[in-house]
Amino acid sequence: MSFKEHIFKKSLWLFHYGGASCNNCDIEILDCLTPRYDVERFGIKLVGSIRHADVLLVTGSINKKDKERLLEIYKQAPKPILVVAMGACGCTGGIFAEGNTFAGPVDKIIPVDAYIPGCPPKPEAILAGIVKLVNRRNGK
Amino acid sequence: MTGAEVKQNIESKWSGKISEIGLKSEKRLFVTISPESLPEVAQYLFDDLKCRFITASALQSKRGFEIYYHFSVDVIGLIINVHVVLPESKPEVESLANISVATNWIEREMHELFGIIFLNHPNMEKLISEGNWEEGEYPLRKN
Amino acid sequence: MKKETQKTINTIIPIGPYHPLQEEPELFKLYCDGESVKDVEWITGYNHRGIEKLSESKTFDQVFFLVERVCGICSTSHPFAFANCMEEIAGVEIPDRAKYIRSIIGELERIHSHLLWVGLAGHFLGYNTVFMWAWKYREPVLDLFEMISGNRNSYAMFKIGGVRRDIENDKIPRMREVLDTVKSKTNMLIGAVLDDPVIHARTKGVGVLTKEDIIKYGALGPAARASGVPIDVRRDDPYAAYPLVDWKVITAEEGDVFSKAKVRLLELLESISIIEQCFEGLKKEPEGAIETIVKEIPAGIGTGRAEAPRGEVFHFVETDGSNYPKRHKIRAPSYMNIPTFKKSCVGQSISDATIALAAVDPCYCCTERMGFAYDYETKEKILNGKDLLKLGQVKTKAIRAKMEQEP
Repeated sequence: MSFKEHIFKKSLWLFHYGGASCNNCDIEILDCLTPRYDVERFGIKLVGSIRHADVLLVTGSINKKDKERLLEIYKQAPKPILVVAMGACGCTGGIFAEGNTFAGPVDKIIPVDAYIPGCPPKPEAILAGIVKLVNRRNGK
Repeated sequence: MTGAEVKQNIESKWSGKISEIGLKSEKRLFVTISPESLPEVAQYLFDDLKCRFITASALQSKRGFEIYYHFSVDVIGLIINVHVVLPESKPEVESLANISVATNWIEREMHELFGIIFLNHPNMEKLISEGNWEEGEYPLRKN
Repeated sequence: MKKETQKTINTIIPIGPYHPLQEEPELFKLYCDGESVKDVEWITGYNHRGIEKLSESKTFDQVFFLVERVCGICSTSHPFAFANCMEEIAGVEIPDRAKYIRSIIGELERIHSHLLWVGLAGHFLGYNTVFMWAWKYREPVLDLFEMISGNRNSYAMFKIGGVRRDIENDKIPRMREVLDTVKSKTNMLIGAVLDDPVIHARTKGVGVLTKEDIIKYGALGPAARASGVPIDVRRDDPYAAYPLVDWKVITAEEGDVFSKAKVRLLELLESISIIEQCFEGLKKEPEGAIETIVKEIPAGIGTGRAEAPRGEVFHFVETDGSNYPKRHKIRAPSYMNIPTFKKSCVGQSISDATIALAAVDPCYCCTERMGFAYDYETKEKILNGKDLLKLGQVKTKAIRAKMEQEP
């Protein structure tokens, strides 16, 4: 088993980056921590620094001001890192893609490993997306 | 106090400076004044009528740039829309931020979106445009 | 007996769950002189999406989907205000059943938003159990939304002239059940939170906004009502079913964080009462009579407002007879409330900064992006957002420890 596969086997640490969003996605991520979904029982937790993270969760459409920050965060992320674009805004820019400050979508700025569509995606969808990504990476 | 009474008070007090005034409904008053009289009318609305400043809406039309300043008389649920028309070649009006701190941000935003100049604004710095669009660009202008 | 004092700046104790705070300075720069905040600067632009301009290229029906996503938590208040505005321009009256449904959706949103706030405030103070419980009791309310509209957030229930979906009578018993549970859990939270001496010590006299401050800044919502300024759009400029039911505006006098928490918790109970009366109202109206057909919108201008959980949402629209808004101006309540930070934070200690900021309940995206603390003289960065949050939590711990040690 390679080093990459070894560290992605369990206990994913997520770092959340919020772009220009309405925050529904951000709240659904926080919801995953609450008793009904309790993502911490899987060892998945949200970390406060990108340097501790295995997964970079990006929400929101990216405007011109956010673009620089996103690139900076990605540069600081310890590789390998999995990038997940969440929500309609993260995947394609959603309803804000035609806005005059739009600078995304996320996959035009940094490479994306998984997309979780929805507006917002339910906590079940978020967890299913992360599990699917990890399984895909582990060759299942 | 009713909407009709407020209309009457404003009409009699500012008769020389009003070009149009009308009650669209019991709770919606529209009054168009000359831009020069804006500060004193605003002061009157704050001091005498105890209005709350809601926000201001700028727009561009064939007449130039128009601003609607929305004031609320909460005790009767009345919105007083004070309307000024600024010529396209010289879109300038006196800032209200020295009278009311509540108008500070929206004037900065209207400047960033339309290029309207608010004279004597205490801190005309960027509010939303930094990094998002260039100086001199006014996204909501129709060119 | 020797009492230990904690040096709050040097011993930062990690307290989970982790709030997804950003590393970069986003929203607030607090300039500090020693332990106290001397000035607050607001940096912005990170969230700007060009919504007003986007609106001009959408048909009126499409605009509802756009404005719902201005803010996820006040998601219904924007369509509410926009619908009020368009109906003012078109001069239409909506059927009573639609009024009741609109008020039910608006009040359910207030309930979930206030519970969310209680959870966040608990987290900022270091009461993570409060965070977990408040958000756990919020889930059934989101389930109700999913049952009525198909989505937990962003319900797409509004249209010009009425609502897009009915709330059928057979759904109502389930809704009553959930609301009864929320009522009893809210009463439990009120008892636990408002009577706790440590919470009193942390929130009374903190982040005070006087009546004069509120009026000067044009501040809105629970923040205004907690300072004795009794403004509430539902009563001042009635719309939907609010004039048809019995309810009261909740106020407090002291204007501190404690008063703001009290106002929100009591408003929760009031919202439940409004919804229950709306259920009675629905019984009297025939199922299915949920809209007045509007064929076209005349040229003109209109204003519309609604009371969001954070205060008055205001929309202004200019129409030109076509199917698109010529100009659409949107003003959310946080726009007026956020500048009050200059007053509520300055003079406070750094460890009170996060709870003072959170108390005005800026839209969550703003709370999330708490900024750095800088030295007032040298302008050097001293603490980041995570540190500020932990300072607040550590202070609570210290106070609790002190109270337990006292005989």
